[in-house]
Amino acid sequence: MARVVVNLPQRARRGEIIEIRTLAGHDMETGFRRTQLGELIPRDIITRFTCSYNGVEVFRAELHPAMAANPLIVFSTVATESGTLEFRWTGDNGFSAAHSASISVD
Amino acid sequence: MTTRRRFLFLAGGAAVSAAAQAQLPANIEALRKAALAEAVRKVTGGAPVRAGRVKIEMPPLIDNGNTVPLSVEVESPMTQAEHVKSIHVFTEKNPQPWVISAHFGPRSGRARIATRARIADTGTVTAIAQLSDGSFWSDSVAVVVTLSACLEDGLI
Repeated sequence: MARVVVNLPQRARRGEIIEIRTLAGHDMETGFRRTQLGELIPRDIITRFTCSYNGVEVFRAELHPAMAANPLIVFSTVATESGTLEFRWTGDNGFSAAHSASISVD
Repeated sequence: MTTRRRFLFLAGGAAVSAAAQAQLPANIEALRKAALAEAVRKVTGGAPVRAGRVKIEMPPLIDNGNTVPLSVEVESPMTQAEHVKSIHVFTEKNPQPWVISAHFGPRSGRARIATRARIADTGTVTAIAQLSDGSFWSDSVAVVVTLSACLEDGLI
């Protein structure tokens, strides 16, 4: 399991727009680099990121080789109710990582 | 007369130029343009893209093209009736120009994404946003890159 870091406020007022910062540990190999022997290193990247809030998808992104290594994605959502946010990264060669965080809304 | 030293020199030179040609095709400009046009067409489906409403924030001078922080924001009330559906980011000079596509909804609250990209060479970065009414808007910024990403030798 890859190392992921997610940063979001633990508490929020109802209707407040919260910013969520996510970081996943991944080389994001582009498929354009060569080894010292001249062999092409095959592409190996994270291709998809989703965030769901109490089971409802609120954000989704498709990633391409032009993303930097250890992809950082910062986005926002409206704090509607207390619950959990699920984050999921999937990619080449069966890569999968997940993280969940809880938020209390009052 | 071809001495052993001269033969080795010529052979080495031929190998180097062949390698350089393999990495940098003669029609590189056309290839890059075609790749960018193809990526944009996949997003818009040929629909017209107007300039405005989108704002890219990124440094104009980049030391290291491997990690370039950038953010894209679109002005929108983000309601069910009027919101931003998606933001797509492209770089002009990369072998594969598409960086990221982010999809939003009314629950996003704000149509803003911040991320980090790889940028191969000095050129423009373009962001295209699709609104809920189906229209496309874009913004472009010119950036200068001193150390390019994608290829270690910085040929492309």
